[in-house]
Amino acid sequence: MDVGWYVVLSALLFATGATGVLIRRSPLVILLCLELMLNSANLALVAFSRSTGNTDGQIFALIVMVVAACEVVVGLGLIVAMYRRRLALDVDETRELRG
Amino acid sequence: MEQVAFFAGALGSLGGAIAVIALRNPFYSVLALVVHLVSLAGLFLLLHAEFVAAAQVVVYAGAVMVLYVFVAAYVGGVDEPLWEPIPGQRLIAPLLGGALFIELSIAVIGTGLKALDTEGPTIQAGFGTPAAIGQTLLERFLIAFEAASLLLLLAAVGAVVLAARRSPAESPERARAR
Repeated sequence: MDVGWYVVLSALLFATGATGVLIRRSPLVILLCLELMLNSANLALVAFSRSTGNTDGQIFALIVMVVAACEVVVGLGLIVAMYRRRLALDVDETRELRG
Repeated sequence: MEQVAFFAGALGSLGGAIAVIALRNPFYSVLALVVHLVSLAGLFLLLHAEFVAAAQVVVYAGAVMVLYVFVAAYVGGVDEPLWEPIPGQRLIAPLLGGALFIELSIAVIGTGLKALDTEGPTIQAGFGTPAAIGQTLLERFLIAFEAASLLLLLAAVGAVVLAARRSPAESPERARAR
């Protein structure tokens, strides 16, 4: 398969994730949509690594995975803290920084 | 054969992605994301990225998704309210997503990269194996590797601080009274 197919698929997945961030209001699902976008970027990186015949892109994808894992841990910690304080789990309700 | 595998993986990943944003119950969204990640791992295998595919399944579909399932079960199903804060949000957002896809596609095709129409160069044996990845990681990208480990440590500490149960002695009222 040509590399272009993979890149277009990754653009499609990225657009899907961005649409999810715009539509959904639960912070948990918004985190899932961020995962979708990060993974689509990973697909593009690995596809370009294949097209150049160089493993550097795969290293980049692995580092992106690490950053995504950190983002998930901190985001889920925030959601649990919001739930403990009886705040509404809705990004339109909780728009102020002060608790 | 390769085309069949590609389109199976593409359908799985795209279907999983659409299910993530379309299902109303967050728990089902998490399960749909597992389908998406496993299909993506198949696509990585097609691109000769064996180690990245294995890491995807073990780290993402395994560890991170277990964390998501726990939090989704802990928080419980949150019903999203039906009213829309911005009128027509559910209609405009997919249009914006479609526009983003068209724009990205134009950008990709407009680059005129010759490699887009090829399968890529013939690769030597050992491309994408753990040995090759580990050698590149520890020889050329040592600083990025160490920075990633530091970032993971900071994230773990941060999550413990954020989600820790506050003891009554540390409640804001007490702190203000002191």
